[in-house]
Amino acid sequence: MKVRVPGLPAATPLRRYSPDQPLVDRPVLTGSAPGARIDLRWIPLAVTSHSPLAGEGPGEGSGPWSAIIFDATGITDVAGLSELHAFIAPAFRNLRPCGRLIVLGTPPEDCTDPAAAAAQRALDGFIRSAGKEARSGSTANLIYVAAGAESGLESTLRFFLSGRSAYVCGQVVRVRPAKTPPTADWTRPLKDRVAVVTGAARGIGAAIAQTLARDGAQVVCVDVPAAGSALAEVANTIGGTAFQVDITAADAPDRLASYLEQRHGGADVFVHNAGITRDRSLVNLTAENWSSVLAVNLDAQLRINETLLARNVLHPNARVICISSTSGIAGNRGQTNYAASKAGIIGMVQAMGPAMARKDMTINAVAPGFIETAMTRAMPFATREIGRRINSLNQGGLPVDVAETVAWLGQLGTAGVNGQVIRVCGQSILGA
Amino acid sequence: MTDLRPAAILGGNRIPFARANGPYARASNQDMLTAALDGLVARFGLQGARLGEVAAGAVLKHSRDFNLTREVVLGSRLLPSTPAYDVQQACGTGLETTIHVANKIALGQIENGIAGGVDTASDAPIAVNEDLRRVLLQVNRARSVPQRLALLRKLRPTQIIPETPRNAEPRTGMSMGEHAAITASQWEISREEQDQFAVSSHTNLAAAWSRGFFDDLATPYLGLQKDQNMRPDASMESLARLKPVFGKDGAATMTAGNSTPLSDGAATVLLSTDAWASEHRLPVLAHFIDAETAAVDYVHGGEGLLMAPAYAVPRLLERNRLSLQDFDFYEIHEAFASTVLATLKAWEDPAFSRDRLGLSKPLGPIDRSRLNVTGSSLAAGHPFAATGGRIVATLAKLLAEKGSGRGLISICAAGGQGVVAILEAA
Repeated sequence: MKVRVPGLPAATPLRRYSPDQPLVDRPVLTGSAPGARIDLRWIPLAVTSHSPLAGEGPGEGSGPWSAIIFDATGITDVAGLSELHAFIAPAFRNLRPCGRLIVLGTPPEDCTDPAAAAAQRALDGFIRSAGKEARSGSTANLIYVAAGAESGLESTLRFFLSGRSAYVCGQVVRVRPAKTPPTADWTRPLKDRVAVVTGAARGIGAAIAQTLARDGAQVVCVDVPAAGSALAEVANTIGGTAFQVDITAADAPDRLASYLEQRHGGADVFVHNAGITRDRSLVNLTAENWSSVLAVNLDAQLRINETLLARNVLHPNARVICISSTSGIAGNRGQTNYAASKAGIIGMVQAMGPAMARKDMTINAVAPGFIETAMTRAMPFATREIGRRINSLNQGGLPVDVAETVAWLGQLGTAGVNGQVIRVCGQSILGA
Repeated sequence: MTDLRPAAILGGNRIPFARANGPYARASNQDMLTAALDGLVARFGLQGARLGEVAAGAVLKHSRDFNLTREVVLGSRLLPSTPAYDVQQACGTGLETTIHVANKIALGQIENGIAGGVDTASDAPIAVNEDLRRVLLQVNRARSVPQRLALLRKLRPTQIIPETPRNAEPRTGMSMGEHAAITASQWEISREEQDQFAVSSHTNLAAAWSRGFFDDLATPYLGLQKDQNMRPDASMESLARLKPVFGKDGAATMTAGNSTPLSDGAATVLLSTDAWASEHRLPVLAHFIDAETAAVDYVHGGEGLLMAPAYAVPRLLERNRLSLQDFDFYEIHEAFASTVLATLKAWEDPAFSRDRLGLSKPLGPIDRSRLNVTGSSLAAGHPFAATGGRIVATLAKLLAEKGSGRGLISICAAGGQGVVAILEAA
């Protein structure tokens, strides 16, 4: 339950996704700097302006815009960045509520020329600041598109344009060349895919299971036997199956693997969501509280991944998504154990990315910020209200916002996003 | 008629069994069976499926629950066009429903089905006093007001006292425990033997829970995560402290510790043809091979109330050309520790085998290490009609874990009946 606090601005209700919505319902302003590599003509209601430097701003029409997309991939020096400013500055105020500013760049690390690398890295600072200035539920995000990855961009652009990315702001995503299978139906991008979600009985896990099922996946819902009652309810609601197992048990990875082999012939999407907290200040943290959090949140993921790969349970084009936390990026008082586990996930994802790419698979982490769940409802009022407010969208996210990000990373079309960490935090000032 | 094809057992789901007036005190039979069934649906992804049938039942049933299983199906995630019916054969109900479903599958009449049972000793049906009921029915039949008033004058304060279900045989007036105590004394089953047997039941059940054996056999309900009656630390010393509750003073050996407690719970089992199982990528745990039911005349015939399985098993073995030693697992329902021990003793007894069973030699002893290896009713509890489903699913999984072999199920029931069956690993 959200509380309206007198004296604080009311948060804009965010535009969230449903499959019957059009991708955008008002014109999208698109533009590019010379040397741009991305074809944006497929975007519905796109209005293209090629003369942003002429002085009169965007040519045809003046908004309001559902989104502004600027292809900056061709910018190679500081002078070129002026085009970015000249194009976006006048249009930015005409962004509709819950609009999108999306800038496309070339990964700075791919630029051999220091000036080009500097110009491309400048986009990062630009977009993070624009995200903080964006009003009324609008977001700003940057996609670095490596050379050769231009055709593998659609699922990511659709994610950032749609309500799926409602609570994702100030993020920088890299899309690299990868074998990207076609997506037949964008309203059911996970059709016929077998997805596994751990910790699916409640909260964010239940939302992930529901969202993957909505997108067409056959979902295996996993949780500890003690949560079996709620787990069965989730599985029955989405037409999935319930699998009770304590993922920290020594034989759990093999039991999971055997189950997936027998019942589904393997898995296409594996979401490591199960996690626990045992918050204590460091001096009061017992060894038991330390090891139980590390065992569930980190070690179980490592062991399950190892078994799934060793036994070839993951199908070609598999997607592994690990739920991290902004606590793992920024740290949090009383969470040395939790933050260590969540930071460890990022280490695992980054280390496994290249090997997964060689198998045409991906592994990524999603780091939620303040999400409205039973856990955050139990926080003291002031702490909770601060947590909700200290982000660009001036509100907490919903479990479905995390789930939508997971579902995007789970798509076949998102083959080029690998070994990365995507925060779903409304651009929280923590862990920026 | 098609060729017979033994039904495949694909798995089961039960709710942890609770002691009477425990966590399920306010749950009805319908609530508990629905929970067990929906848990099974979730485990096997049967949402919206139309199954061949669901057969289940309860021993203690309210009159409003005349169509209990069908009502449960209508409230479950199965397709409402799944037929259902109730069976009641006392403690044999759960196994009897499995026989029904397995036979229909074997005959090719249905492709799949669910068997099960439920019982509550907490939410027991309390009926109107029999005198009061007669008067009220007469009032209902009366045609005039004066007639009705005359009848209503027959009402007496004593008629407020309700009829409560009793755990007693209608024809002998004796409780099941009292009957079992007679048998225990006839077969000279010692207190120590019974207590030792009860300890193994608790130890085996606790070990099974802690190794995750029930992870895919049970789903928590109303906050209860494991069988409430289970005492992992049960010992000869702790059981020795209990006072006997059944039997005559001198030979009284039966205590609350070596008898099953009144319990609440529900269990279900999913069966199908091999073809349906493989079409749905569901591993077959075991096949349902054969079953036999026997009854004894415990009223005038001089046989113990719970001894019918001793008669059913030799008939089943003979038909299947098996010896009692041809099994890898024995699941003998523990109504009382003494019941199991008396049954085993009877099978080893030359006189009993000759005079009662008509066998030239006894069936002989079994390897006790293969008996109730994951515990049974003494530890888990015994919600009457739910016990059959618990045992069938448990044995099927044991056979699947072993990957080969054969198991024997034996369940004694009120009314001097016994239901027994053979499962084989898939």
